[in-house]
Order: sequence, then structure tokens, then C-alpha cells
Amino acid sequence: MKILVCISHVPDTTSKINFVDDDRAFDKNGVQFIINPNDEFGLTRAVWFQQKEQAEVTVITVGEASCEPTLRKCLAIGANRAFRINLNPTDGFQVAQQLSAHCKEENYDLIIAGRESIDYNGAMVPGMLSAHMGYNFVTNCIGLEIEGSTAKAKREIDGGIESISCELPLVIGAQKGLVEEKDLIIPNMRGIMQARQKSLTVLPPVDSQIKSTISKFEKPAPRGAVKMVDSDQIDQLIDLLHNEAKVI
Amino acid sequence: MGILIYAESENGKFKKCALELASYGRAIANQLGVELIAASFNHSEYQTLGTYGVERVIQISDPKLEKFTAERYAANLASVVKENGVKLVLLSSSANAKYLAPLLAVSISAGYASNVVGLPESMDPLSIKRSCFTNKAFNTCVLDNELNIISLSNNSFGLKEEPKEIISETKSDVSSETNFVLEKVERASGQITIADAEIVVSGGRGLKGPENWHLIEDLASTLGAATACSKPVSDMGWRPHSEHVGQTGKPVASNLYIAIGVSGAIQHLAGINSSKVKLVINIDPEAPFFKAADYGVVGDAFEVVPELIEKLKAFKNS
Repeated sequence: MKILVCISHVPDTTSKINFVDDDRAFDKNGVQFIINPNDEFGLTRAVWFQQKEQAEVTVITVGEASCEPTLRKCLAIGANRAFRINLNPTDGFQVAQQLSAHCKEENYDLIIAGRESIDYNGAMVPGMLSAHMGYNFVTNCIGLEIEGSTAKAKREIDGGIESISCELPLVIGAQKGLVEEKDLIIPNMRGIMQARQKSLTVLPPVDSQIKSTISKFEKPAPRGAVKMVDSDQIDQLIDLLHNEAKVI
Repeated sequence: MGILIYAESENGKFKKCALELASYGRAIANQLGVELIAASFNHSEYQTLGTYGVERVIQISDPKLEKFTAERYAANLASVVKENGVKLVLLSSSANAKYLAPLLAVSISAGYASNVVGLPESMDPLSIKRSCFTNKAFNTCVLDNELNIISLSNNSFGLKEEPKEIISETKSDVSSETNFVLEKVERASGQITIADAEIVVSGGRGLKGPENWHLIEDLASTLGAATACSKPVSDMGWRPHSEHVGQTGKPVASNLYIAIGVSGAIQHLAGINSSKVKLVINIDPEAPFFKAADYGVVGDAFEVVPELIEKLKAFKNS
């Protein structure tokens, strides 16, 4: 089985978010970058298939050379090889087109991408990639088993879980639950050393379309000071929630 | 040109997000002077949509569409778009709507923006504000295309009645056969979901263990609220991860968010930032969550919460 995991290189979850260039660009200064958490849950499941069922795991990102440490980390976690499509992408539509050009040459059985990135939260790349490829698609995926050419997947829905059966090839949008936090693999020294020897191929971008641009970023308006209520004044709290906030 | 909304229903009723979407669509249709159309699946009652400003509903009925499948629903919506000269498609932020949105976008070659939080800032080209960095920031997104799709963040626009004469048309299923089989749908009955809830009650490590969760559940049932939890609580297995809210969990955009024994890590705050009013109950006066709260109570949850439940019950009965 050939598995591709699409990786997004994103600011660490604890990062303070600031903007530069007249609020037109994200301020990368002093920011640590990590594997997008939803992608990492997917990568961990892919490495499980590699260890149990001899799957070959490829990782790919669309980004500039600054993303390479993130790909090396994926290799240290256990991926067999990596690709970087050399383009600083403008939107998810463009990313999906770049990825689909690569996928059409490789015929992966299973393509995994995080359900969304934690930076732009577009939630579009896995679905668009599946549509370009004509593959089955399950997003918010919290369980995946493969038997022969059939996939059994679970999807988290609002207030429940759906069980799905479909044929490969399949694209999934990964999230927490596909594996648990405790299953995530922290690379050991051997993995890190091996990662240096594994292939990381840079691919030129193909022609692609852009459907959206960002004209401006802004931070949420500063909020008013918190109103503290004494713990023996619960009546006052209820009064504030009812009459002032009007939420109960 | 027209504007199309995908009106989601559940158990024979339109979901609140469908009515919110109709209200939002009506406001844009008024600005542009165009028709507001809704598409619904296997649903015969449609007058409710008229109350919120929809002028025409296209009802797609087929036993194969009994249960939601993204591919089939997207194929039918694409066909409605093409047959009706639709230029703007509006979707909610439900799990199902966000599932089909990218499929629809590719099939009709449309631009797509998710997590939209308000009316367009301009219509030509379409420019909208959306949340990004998991609610830590917003960006203005310009969609300069012939056809566009917007998914509106739930609870960001609200319900606005504007009754219209509504007409109904039927349409047959155009989706093709697939090997995709929906085997089972398990849904907790009678439970309010985090996505639909007006009020969310959330517990953190301060509750000391899963055996104390009756406090959260009792408060939630008193308020008709959904229950949620912080990341450590779901990681320790005290609660299912479907309840985890925050940056890697679910986003919350309720009217009231009550956090009990949650310290307020930056990742948690990001996930709940879109909630309108936040009440924090914590024994530690230095808990970072107080800085992000509207109302705060410093106190022991095991004393404050039972009293709050009692007094809320009395308040509801008065």
C-alpha cells in the first residue's frame, strides 16, 4: 500500500499571533513551526500501517525551503521519503492543484491530510484533492482500518459517529481520534539520524489557479475588563447573566 | 444571478443554522437586488424558510438521499447552481456542510472561504472577513471569481425574520452510483451538540476526576446546555474527545461559555474565543482564563457550582 501524508508547516499552538507589513503578512519572527497537529495524527496512523502492513509512507508539503525541517521531522517519525513542491502558496485551491499533479503521477492508495490547518483553517485541501483525483473522501476521520482494497472509516459528526465502508483509493481528513495524543511518536536519535539519509526531493510547481487572496489581517478587538463576582453572591451573578449579558 | 443556500434539516425540521443562513442570505440578496433560493433534501415543509427571507425552495427528493453523503449532496447542489444561474452559494459551518463544501467548489470551479464571520465588506470583488489562526485572528479574504462559496460561522449572524412569499419546486437526484456505503450512524439522542448549543458548560482538571462530572452535567441540563472539556481532561480519558474544545478540538461559538476549573491555556482560549459571553469559575485567582473572561468567580467549584445550580433552578421557576 502506498500512502501519502500531506503536511502543513504551521506556527506552534502556543504562538502569539502578530502581523507585519501593514497587517498583510504573518509575523514569523521568533515563532516556532511544527507539523500541523491534524496532519501529525494522520502521519502517526500512516506509520502504524507501515509497521504493521508494510505500507510505504511518503510525506509532501507545498512550501518554501524553510518548511524542510518540518519534513525532516516527519522522516524522523518514520516516513520513508519526502517531497517539497517549491512554491509559497496563496490559497488552498492552489495547494490542492499542486498536490493533485503529484498524486496523478504516483497512484497512492491512501492520501491523508489534516482536516484543517491550525493557521488558515481553510478546511479545503483534503476535499479539493479528492475531487481533483475522483477518489472517495472522508473528513473528520476518527478511525481507519484497511482490509485489502476496502477501507472502513469513522467520521465524527455533530453529536455522533458515522461508520463508512468504501473502496480505495481514498482521501481522508485526519483529526484527533484517528490516533490518540499518547500514540504520537517523539523521534529518537536513531530516527533523527536516519532521517538525514532519507530522500527529500524538491519538485517544481505546476501551473495552477488562485481563487482567493488575503488583503488584510487583524486581531480581535481588546475585550473589556472581567467583572468579578464574589462566590457568596451567586444571585448577583445570575442577575448579571440575565439582565446585563442577556444570555440566560 | 441568484444566491443559493443549502438548508440543512434534521428529524423533519430545518436546523437553526439553516435559518441563520437564510437570514444572512436575505441581507446579501437585499443589497444586490437578487433572488434568494434554498435547496433542501427529502424535506417537504418549506414555509419556515419563507419566514427568514427565502423566495424559492428547490426540494431534491430520493430515497438514496435519505442519509447525508457529501458526494451525492454536492453533485445535486452543483446541478442546482448550474440550472439557476447561481453566483454565490452559502453554507453553514456544520460538519456536513464543511464536508461537502470543497467537493462543490471543485465541481463548479468556485472560490471558497470558510469560517466567515459577517456580511461581505464589498460585493465586487467579493470581500469577506473570516476567522483564522483558530480564532486568534481574522483575515479579509478577496474572492475575485465568477462563482463563490461562503461557509458562515454558526451563531455569527443570528436569526432575522423577513417574511417572503415562497414557492416550491421539486428536482430529482442527479448523483451517480458510488462504492461509498454509509453503514451506521450512531447519535446520542436528546443530547445537545457543542455545534448547535446556545450555552456550553465546560470542565477542566480542577474538577479532580471523572466521578465529579455530575456537576458539569447537572449545570448543563439546568441551562439546556452542551457539555465540553479541556484538552488534558480528554487526554486523560475522563471525557470522550468529542467533548474536547480548543485549538485541536472543537471550536465553540455559543452565546454563553461557562468554564469550570479550566486554567485557560492559550490553545483552549483560541478554541472558545468566538463565544459571546464567557463566565469563568476557578479556585485560583491567578488563572489566565480570568483575563479572557467577561464574568469571573473565584471559588471552589464543589461549593459554587451546586449553589449556582440550585439558584438557577429557582430563577427558572420564578
